[in-house]
Amino acid sequence: MRAGGVLSDAPEVTSEAARATTGADARVTTSPLVRKSGGAVSDRIAAYLIRGCACLAIVSLVLIFVFIGKEALPVFTSGEVRQEAGMTRLFLPAAEKPAFAWQPVSEPPRYSLLPLLLGTLKVTLIAVVVAIPLAVAAALFTSEFAPPWLREIIKPAIELLAGIPSVVIGFFCLMVVAGWLQQAFGWTFRLNAVTAGSGLSLAVIPIVYTMAEDAFTAVPRAFREGSLAMGASRWQTAWRIVLPASSAGLLAACVLGFGRAIGETMIVLMASGNAAVLSLSPADSVRTFSATIAAELGEVVVGSSHYHVLFFIGAFLFVLTFLTNLAGHWWIGRLQRRLQGAS
Amino acid sequence: MTMYMAIRNPQSAVRNAAGWFFGTLTGIASLIVVTMVVIILGNIVVNGAGRISWQFLTRTPEMGMTEGGIFPAIFGTFSLVVLMTLVVVPMGVATALYMHEYAPKRSRLVKVVRLAIQNLAGVPAIVFGLFGLGFFIQFIGRGMDQGLYGGDLHYGQPAIIWAALTMALLTLPTVVVASEEALRAIPQSYREAAYAMGATRWQVIRRVVLPQAVGGILTGAILAVSRGAGEVAPVMFTGAAYFLPYLPTRLNDQFMELGYHVYVMTTQSPNVEETKPILYATVLVLLLLTFSLNFTAIMIRARIRSRLRAGR
Amino acid sequence: MARTAVTILAACGLVALAGCGQPTSGTRPSGGGRARTVTIKGSDTMVILCQRWAEIYMHHNPGVTVQVTGGGSGTGIAALINGGTDICAASRPMKDKEKEQIKARHGKDTTEIPVALDGLTVYVNDANGVEQLTRLELAAIYQCRITDWKDVGGAPGRIVCYGRENSSGTYQYFKEHVLQNKDFATEVQSLPGTAAIINAVLKDKSAIGYGGKGYETKGVKELRVSTKAGEPGTLPSLDNVLTGAYPLSRKLFFYTAGEPAGEAKAFIEWVLGEEGQKVCEQVGYYPMPRK
Repeated sequence: MRAGGVLSDAPEVTSEAARATTGADARVTTSPLVRKSGGAVSDRIAAYLIRGCACLAIVSLVLIFVFIGKEALPVFTSGEVRQEAGMTRLFLPAAEKPAFAWQPVSEPPRYSLLPLLLGTLKVTLIAVVVAIPLAVAAALFTSEFAPPWLREIIKPAIELLAGIPSVVIGFFCLMVVAGWLQQAFGWTFRLNAVTAGSGLSLAVIPIVYTMAEDAFTAVPRAFREGSLAMGASRWQTAWRIVLPASSAGLLAACVLGFGRAIGETMIVLMASGNAAVLSLSPADSVRTFSATIAAELGEVVVGSSHYHVLFFIGAFLFVLTFLTNLAGHWWIGRLQRRLQGAS
Repeated sequence: MTMYMAIRNPQSAVRNAAGWFFGTLTGIASLIVVTMVVIILGNIVVNGAGRISWQFLTRTPEMGMTEGGIFPAIFGTFSLVVLMTLVVVPMGVATALYMHEYAPKRSRLVKVVRLAIQNLAGVPAIVFGLFGLGFFIQFIGRGMDQGLYGGDLHYGQPAIIWAALTMALLTLPTVVVASEEALRAIPQSYREAAYAMGATRWQVIRRVVLPQAVGGILTGAILAVSRGAGEVAPVMFTGAAYFLPYLPTRLNDQFMELGYHVYVMTTQSPNVEETKPILYATVLVLLLLTFSLNFTAIMIRARIRSRLRAGR
Repeated sequence: MARTAVTILAACGLVALAGCGQPTSGTRPSGGGRARTVTIKGSDTMVILCQRWAEIYMHHNPGVTVQVTGGGSGTGIAALINGGTDICAASRPMKDKEKEQIKARHGKDTTEIPVALDGLTVYVNDANGVEQLTRLELAAIYQCRITDWKDVGGAPGRIVCYGRENSSGTYQYFKEHVLQNKDFATEVQSLPGTAAIINAVLKDKSAIGYGGKGYETKGVKELRVSTKAGEPGTLPSLDNVLTGAYPLSRKLFFYTAGEPAGEAKAFIEWVLGEEGQKVCEQVGYYPMPRK
């Protein structure tokens, strides 16, 4: 039977199959036989289409960078935009008071990014400081200490938390949490960095928890068993063996959580007060990058300096999260290599 | 017995105490997280459940959003999500197929694609909104208007098609990861058997691999839908509207969306106290939608895993 | 691998190159592509009013669709310039610079149509003891020169100022007429809509906020505003707004690029008619004075 040309080179088939069964290269798909075979036209078309689609992910990422960068470029290149919103105006103090102000609609417009940068960092730091200890401790608990029935309660609860849309978290923060926090601490401003930060931490906890738990379960059983065999208790094993071994994964979790916190929009838009205040106190309102874009993009005229500055902020956010993602995944790769090498 | 041991060996007593302390500390952290989840859900259910009724789900908003229902928002979310799925599932599955079936082993392209997918997953939602505005609406939409309609504004403005494409990009990583997991779970022997019987690569994929992978792909699609129904920032400027008197039936219509409706009612509704019950009820509907989708995906995934474990 | 990389780069390059040459002006609005549609975008102050008008008008004219979106007067004006709307609803008059941009993009003059009257109201919590403020005190509060309620006759407590986003016409009007075109203090919290401001004032005893008159609700009270110290303040009632006795009376506008035509014209004429003007009072604003 001669079907499709595959059996026409019989000797190669058997040697290929032999190599496949010995497991050295179990991917029959890389057989030169399959590539050489003429096959139906549909086979070729399918191959081209699929290869094309695969490149779509790369193309999209590049396109995002290109198109956001294209609209942000006039901040550097156009003389007109540079006058109102050039790099000096964006970052250095201005002559009139207050020195750093974000007031895009005054005459002349003020575009200092520093209050926004400070606001973003404040909220992100609060979120990360609250979320990471809680999430890592919870992950340690579920993977080392918790009995199986308790694990079955905690893990679904956190998956539920991951499924809550951020607009709902922002809504809850605005309606309920802001009031509680103000009653508890007696702040002047009800909507401030801590309110927004605590809402943000609710969004970050599931990410850090999942990655930390993956890191802990990736630690080979042999590590734990060896430690217990030498007389260490369970918590000593967890503290001295599991945590250090998975440190790269934990670092990746923190970095990815940080990246998510920086880019989150709806929670800060609803719960932070959106005041571009330059202050270090966490009890003051803040205005973050993402909330600024969301609040002001609707009112810009396409092509105005305000429009280009907003895209510049977007490009900045994109580059920042891109770098944090690269760092995070590189650390995960390192963790995997280290653990696989050891086991 | 333990007391005796403690007196005999004070070191181990301290160690046990420390162990309890550590275990309790991490246990408390878990308890805090779980309690927060319970509080959020409880607050929303308690405040919103009273308003939900068949009427609420099937009528349009009336009297300035203080009465009536949220049917247009449900329909709009549904249409958005259907369009998005039609785009993202073929693309995501094709990407996963390439990475797992077609690419030579250790290919650099696969590494780059994987990197791109991971980074796409980390891009903030508002940046997708900017991209949707800058690329889909300003570039492709305006271009279509110039070419097909001679300058009249048809596609160069917020529309459901652009919002769906933006969301498709946002959820592409979810689908790709789930599909890859599904493909990896199929035993290699299935493929080898098919090749040994003379099938071409595409035949193997179409007849053997894809039918087996449907469960995992479905999981990915459902998770993508759940994410797509909940994200607001990407659709704020690419198609969502506050009050539309019509349902989106054409590709260049705008649409109402549950998440955007929640945001807008919280900030722009005419009478905050009167709309509070409706607001909570809308939030509850959105939550129920995303949770039921997530739950379905988890069930399917669990069933696939148990079937595989039993099968091997 | 190299071949694929080159193909990808070439594709991206082509797309980017084409993107650089795209014209961003020169498109004409066409009502969203649907037959007999009128699009209204803009003021959040007017969004409830526009919505009621839309509901009733569509009830009388089943073939027509009137679509209303808020976002702030700035959003509406930007949409009018970008060509994305038929009618722009604005709670402040358009600036000359904006009218020039319309002329540049569409080659037409802007038509300004006042459609209702409003008294920009200052809201405080019911529990607040203060009953009235002068315009100068209001300006000082929003510039954080006065920061404590006791300085204006109330119980001691830090004043928490809530305002609108800078896309809002109400923000612009307040800035022009109360702050004399100076900037708000950075500590003023920017909330995305008047409803959010009312919500905040409701929950915070030491809060102060401003917004259209149509948003009053139980738990917040309106302050009397006077022009000079010593003069009795006035509430934004119909008479005070009509005669201008209330210092923050303002007109609410519809703007179109060029003369309104077709469905938009019919809708605007209905709004200015008797039935349309009666809706103003139902929503909480005031009808235009009869000529």
